[in-house]
Amino acid sequence: MLEIRNLHARIAEDGTEIIRGLNLTVNDGEVAAIMGPNGSGKSTLSYILAGREEYEVTEGDILYNGESILELDPAERATKGIFLAFQYPVEIPGVATMQFLKVAMNEQRKARGEDELSTPDFMRRVKEAAAGLQISPEMLRRPLNVGFSGGEKKRAEILQMALLEPKLCVLDETDSGLDIDALKIVADGVNALRSPDRSVVVITHYQRLLDYIVPDTVHVLYKGQVIKSGDKTLAHELEANGYADIIEAAA
Amino acid sequence: MPAVQETIDQVRLIDVDQYKYGFETTIEMEKAPKGLSEDIIRFISAKKNEPEWMLAWRLEAYQRWLTLEEPTWARVDYPKIDFNDLYYYAAPKNQSGPMSIDDVDPEILKTYEKLGIPLREQEILAGVKTSKIAVDAVFDSVSVVTTFKEELKKAGVIFMSISEAIREYPELVKKYLGTVVPTTDNFYATLNSAVFTDGSFVFVPKGVRCPMELSTYFRINEKNTGQFERTLIIAEEGAYVSYLEGCTAPQRDENQLHAAVVELVALDDAEIKYSTVQNWYPGDKEGKGGIYNFVTKRGDCRGKNSKISWTQVETGSAITWKYPSCILRGDGSRGEFYSIAVSNGHQQIDSGTKMIHLGKNTSSRIISKGIAAGVSQNTYRGQVSTHRKAENARNFTQCDSLLIGDRCGAHTVPYIEARNASAQFEHEATTSKISEDQLFYCLQRGIPEEAAIALIVNGFVKEVIQELPMEFAVEAQKLISISLEGSVG
Repeated sequence: MLEIRNLHARIAEDGTEIIRGLNLTVNDGEVAAIMGPNGSGKSTLSYILAGREEYEVTEGDILYNGESILELDPAERATKGIFLAFQYPVEIPGVATMQFLKVAMNEQRKARGEDELSTPDFMRRVKEAAAGLQISPEMLRRPLNVGFSGGEKKRAEILQMALLEPKLCVLDETDSGLDIDALKIVADGVNALRSPDRSVVVITHYQRLLDYIVPDTVHVLYKGQVIKSGDKTLAHELEANGYADIIEAAA
Repeated sequence: MPAVQETIDQVRLIDVDQYKYGFETTIEMEKAPKGLSEDIIRFISAKKNEPEWMLAWRLEAYQRWLTLEEPTWARVDYPKIDFNDLYYYAAPKNQSGPMSIDDVDPEILKTYEKLGIPLREQEILAGVKTSKIAVDAVFDSVSVVTTFKEELKKAGVIFMSISEAIREYPELVKKYLGTVVPTTDNFYATLNSAVFTDGSFVFVPKGVRCPMELSTYFRINEKNTGQFERTLIIAEEGAYVSYLEGCTAPQRDENQLHAAVVELVALDDAEIKYSTVQNWYPGDKEGKGGIYNFVTKRGDCRGKNSKISWTQVETGSAITWKYPSCILRGDGSRGEFYSIAVSNGHQQIDSGTKMIHLGKNTSSRIISKGIAAGVSQNTYRGQVSTHRKAENARNFTQCDSLLIGDRCGAHTVPYIEARNASAQFEHEATTSKISEDQLFYCLQRGIPEEAAIALIVNGFVKEVIQELPMEFAVEAQKLISISLEGSVG
């Protein structure tokens, strides 16, 4: 699904290097957790995967289903099935959540040469997906993310993910700002989307989320590199002992 | 909102910098000699077969105008206009006033067809989908056709060109003309009073709810010609009318002048809803050409509990200088101003409103949405004032500006004067940019950049679009997106 090879990337504006020779492979159907202390480059990695222009790849490559995506713009990547659940979802004033969903779904379909969804078909899909995430019709009428609570924002992200049916889901600190009930709803939503042909990259600072979204692999990111990989037990180890030991061992 | 999808499709279909209404109609025109003088005014008055009092009124205004200076306080910049280098009257040959549609030059009919304005009543009636709209079509200096006049007359509503009204209903015109915008009001209004050529007259008698939407469609076609529109709308006690005007002009390298005066009078319990979709030619990418739109629009809530609301979508013109206002004279009267002003390229807009609270318990509401792109300048200028006897006046003002790119400017200039301690005025203003974050978010969902901007802008203007009559809301949304074409990158 995803193969990142010796990736180097920097902030385009000031040249600060953030990613320094990162290697990572995520197989089809795999849920990979990326953990690391603040400033290790976790969120930057998610933006680079999604194609944000503020970052410049200077070396290495990102292969998605065997093809480099470095030349693709963010919308093209999205259309090919790469989805980013934002740590801080952006407010779009005046645009009802429902309307945003419709535009996004139909734009992707158009780009892939498919017909637009009929309104009843669209409504049915939204209704089904929203119910599982405890999203009310009232919330769907509100402008996207405007005045949403932390939990509502994250649920709205997962709703979009469910409706857009991506192949590679990147969840950037999806647990931040969530209480335990909200966290469960979001995790259930993600788990419901797990499938053999869909991979998930879970970026998180804490072990907590991984109790609910149980990963197949765990990777520790530090100073823009993966310094250790393992299975889910690695996450527990980090929780118990912190990052210091691993960082020292890698140094 | 189904319009959003249409907006996006429309944006995709159209190349950068496309003004769809820029074509020119080739027909033989009759013009007054170039320049401005008493003789020219006599020429216009004679063309319109006006009574003597009307000519005297014009000449008085002209004498006054000669003593006035062009105002310079607006935040717009343009070379000095040579008022003697313009034509003040241009009409299709053999048509100095409205006539039966079968007699109108087919080229003119084709023009309106191209513009999508229905002039044949039976065609409108045949279309089941849209509700009925009566149209007065003004071509340069003359009204060429007015539809549904007879049907409206049955309901007691007078809808005709102002030139006809001066001849057919002189007493009504005399009673109201110049009572809201006096001939002495300002430089452009005074000029208009001297040389106005055509516009619409609407009279809705006591207790009548006008049975259909009324609209006037202004087209400037002839080169070097100024258009001096004059519109007068009167709603008697308890009457209601909704009126819409639309404007377009050919694409030309020279600037052209449109100096209009619109007066509205609402008596006790009457309501007038006035909507504008202004899409005059805005000039090209380098800022060459375009219409100078210098307009005085004012409504007088003369009666108690009367209501006047202005809704405007301003996307065209090289320069816009326009402040549709309400005088809240009647106790309990209400004024509203909803505005979307879009500037792109080199356009300059200085627009807003005045809410003058004179009566007791009067209220007003101002919602202004300015969108600036390219290297344009977009200014909201508004005044809210209360007379010292105006107990319990209330105003709510919200001015939001959205910037697209970093070479344009948005400015908000509110003037607030409360001479009565019981006044409650609220003013909110925001300026925002379509942020990189918002764009990236939309892109990440697979929404391409142009569509993302259309979506965000539509969200921004939604509150105002909702105020437009349904038929025009979709049109207005399309127009806004088209106006912002090529504003990114």
